[in-house]
Amino acid sequence: MSPAQARPGKVVEVPAIWIQGAGCTGCSVSVLNGVAPDISAVLLDQVVPGKHLNLRFHPTIMAGSGEVALRILAENSAEGGAKGGYVLVVEGAVPTAEGGAFCELGEESGRPVPFAEHVERLSRGALAVIALGDCAFSGGIPSCSPNPTGCKGVSAFLASKGISTPVVNIGGCPPNPDWFLGAVAHILLRGLPEAGELDPWGRLRLFHGKLVHDNCQRRAYFDTARFARHPGEQGCLYLLGCKGPMTYADCPDRQWNGGTNWCVRAGAPCMGCAEARFFERFGPVYEKVTDDRLARLREV
Amino acid sequence: MKTITIDPVTRIEGHLKIEVVVDGGVVKEARSSGTLFRGFEIFLRGRDPRDAARMTQRVCGVCPVAHATASALALDEAFGLSSKVPPNGRILRNMILGSNFLQSHILHFYALSALDYVDVAALDEAGPDEAELRAVRRFLERGQLGPFVPRYKTEFRLPKHVNRAAIAHYVKALEIRRICHEMIAIFGGRMPLQMATFVGGVLSTPTDDGIAAFLAKLARVRDFVKNAYLPDILAVAKAYPEHFELGRSGSNFLAYGAFDQAPACGPVSERKRFFPAGAVRNGVLSRVDVSAITEDVARSFFTDDCAAAPGEGKTEPAVAKEGAYSFLKAPRYGKEPFEVGPLARTMVAYLAGAKPQKETVDGVLAEAGLRLENFGGTLGRHASRAIEAALLTDALERWAMELVPGEPACAEGPPPKEARGVGLTDAPRGALGHWLEVGEGKIKNYQLVVPTTWNASPRDAAGRPGPIESALVGAPVRDEANPTEVVRIVRSFDPCLACAVHVVGVRRDSAGDGRVVRVA
Repeated sequence: MSPAQARPGKVVEVPAIWIQGAGCTGCSVSVLNGVAPDISAVLLDQVVPGKHLNLRFHPTIMAGSGEVALRILAENSAEGGAKGGYVLVVEGAVPTAEGGAFCELGEESGRPVPFAEHVERLSRGALAVIALGDCAFSGGIPSCSPNPTGCKGVSAFLASKGISTPVVNIGGCPPNPDWFLGAVAHILLRGLPEAGELDPWGRLRLFHGKLVHDNCQRRAYFDTARFARHPGEQGCLYLLGCKGPMTYADCPDRQWNGGTNWCVRAGAPCMGCAEARFFERFGPVYEKVTDDRLARLREV
Repeated sequence: MKTITIDPVTRIEGHLKIEVVVDGGVVKEARSSGTLFRGFEIFLRGRDPRDAARMTQRVCGVCPVAHATASALALDEAFGLSSKVPPNGRILRNMILGSNFLQSHILHFYALSALDYVDVAALDEAGPDEAELRAVRRFLERGQLGPFVPRYKTEFRLPKHVNRAAIAHYVKALEIRRICHEMIAIFGGRMPLQMATFVGGVLSTPTDDGIAAFLAKLARVRDFVKNAYLPDILAVAKAYPEHFELGRSGSNFLAYGAFDQAPACGPVSERKRFFPAGAVRNGVLSRVDVSAITEDVARSFFTDDCAAAPGEGKTEPAVAKEGAYSFLKAPRYGKEPFEVGPLARTMVAYLAGAKPQKETVDGVLAEAGLRLENFGGTLGRHASRAIEAALLTDALERWAMELVPGEPACAEGPPPKEARGVGLTDAPRGALGHWLEVGEGKIKNYQLVVPTTWNASPRDAAGRPGPIESALVGAPVRDEANPTEVVRIVRSFDPCLACAVHVVGVRRDSAGDGRVVRVA
């Protein structure tokens, strides 16, 4: 229960439209794991005093189906007359091969509507787009070689369409719920992030400003060359494939699931999931990144 | 005759379109199709086999653990480690999977299904004022009701006080399912997409403080399951008694079982599993014969030689194929459609005489005034989930107490150059199989046959519809603009389309040139 609940006064409704493309719903499930604020406070209450995120469309939790659901998208798209009034959250990548037919959402006059078309329409009218999770951020898992469906991240997709609506990227597979809820709170309190608040990948430095490796509890093992070589061993996980030295995320500080744990503390090497196209660029998961590939990882 | 298309079907995982042909207010025929294709089998090829347990979790973020479990079982076999997984590894895998069963079932009933039975917008003023209800009331007073409105016009039958309690439970369930994920994070690092399940066991190690934290969180979940979830299901059962008949798929049920109580070696029916494996055909239980599983493509857009055993199958499109209407293949067991999922597991366990299941089911039957043969359909599925949740809250406590801190949790072996492995487990949504082939040390072939492919499969060569299609036939549609019963039935299967649509092609209307299909 947030203190905001007790406050009287007018509450501003900030509309949000959340759509899912080529993804697994893991980002949505992760956001459900938020603790402060928790998801019921987000749905029902004020995220920050005086502002309520009015989630008009979310395929996994909304009551309506079919036509009833699609009407909401139509009313909020640029053609529907809504301009700049809502935040668009995109989860999942945008498949672009075959005219976008690898992911379709609803029909119009008997024609299946590609997800890409929804992204295009809704982005034009949006105040801002939050590209949530590695797939929306960078193309992610479905863009893994040979990228059979031509998946793109939202920024790249909007650029290809000449759409200049501001995009805030949030990495992670899944993203930490705090990264999403914190970004929403940041935008509601201070407005859209200024250039200096974003890193070269368009992610908030607030969450993606520090290397996992620099704040890792096992860092002392690395500095003294004590490396784990088998599952369950104490020591730095670098030789077991840890990508902490290449990954910008606050996992060691913030941890996951309400501060319960995080990957390295559980004995699992960081797989670099906060970084763009991590599986493709950082894999294999359980092999040390070779020196020749290290240099290329800095490329935006 | 009128065809109604529902696209998107919301409050499920993934992209699903349902078409029903309605005549005289009743569904005569139904077709289901998935509308997202990503191509996991394609980009798994050529990768390090160990990565499969991580990558296949990304098939579905709602039940990633089941994919990690099936993948690890397949990898164990390929690495020759099936008999060597240490008890700690086996138990921690069960605890991680079991906690996600709880999460998935609670999420499914409250977040995904309850809005079809519970009227969130009808909160009366009287009665005790729990914190959850105060939040809902303030929300209602502000009058901006997304995402709970708009919705289909639905007949809500729960008595006012029950509806009121269920609204409070809807809000509480969001917290309880979150706690289930915290239970996983204790040993899995984080959730969803936990990091621990690995070839040979798990990467984490049990500790006494971890066990204590797990049990403390479990106690809160158990309290909710036994004092809110089960009673709410029984209340819905009393208000909608015909929903045990509505949505029946037939009388064939298949389960691979889950939660190994001993090393996972030998045929799946011989493994000691908390949820046993079995095949029920017309009320008769038999052992699971994996060689009886085939994939029929008679009504699917694939060439006829694509019909094969899983793992041997291929995926070659045949767009103009006469009579085809789906891009899902049709898994069949002994040439017949089989429902998989919680109802199937309950039927198998009951007929196998599994004591905890039998006792709990008998209790629910007595409470609902039903006999076993009346237990099925839409509510049979919902009730089976609640029963499983209750059983698991007890079992998880026993398993946690069997952990031995200080003992290993993972076996190791050299990566194979050439090998095969099959991983069979039940996911929350039903029987899940991973078929792995390793060649030159890399993934050569990887095939998944997932629960929703069984349940949402199209008709086969003999014209037999898939389970969801069968379940929809006969459903009443009183108002074609508000096909509530149709979505209630579909949701009771808890379909996961991200899982089901992974080896299929795609239909494209190419500027009126007809359908173009591309399968990568």
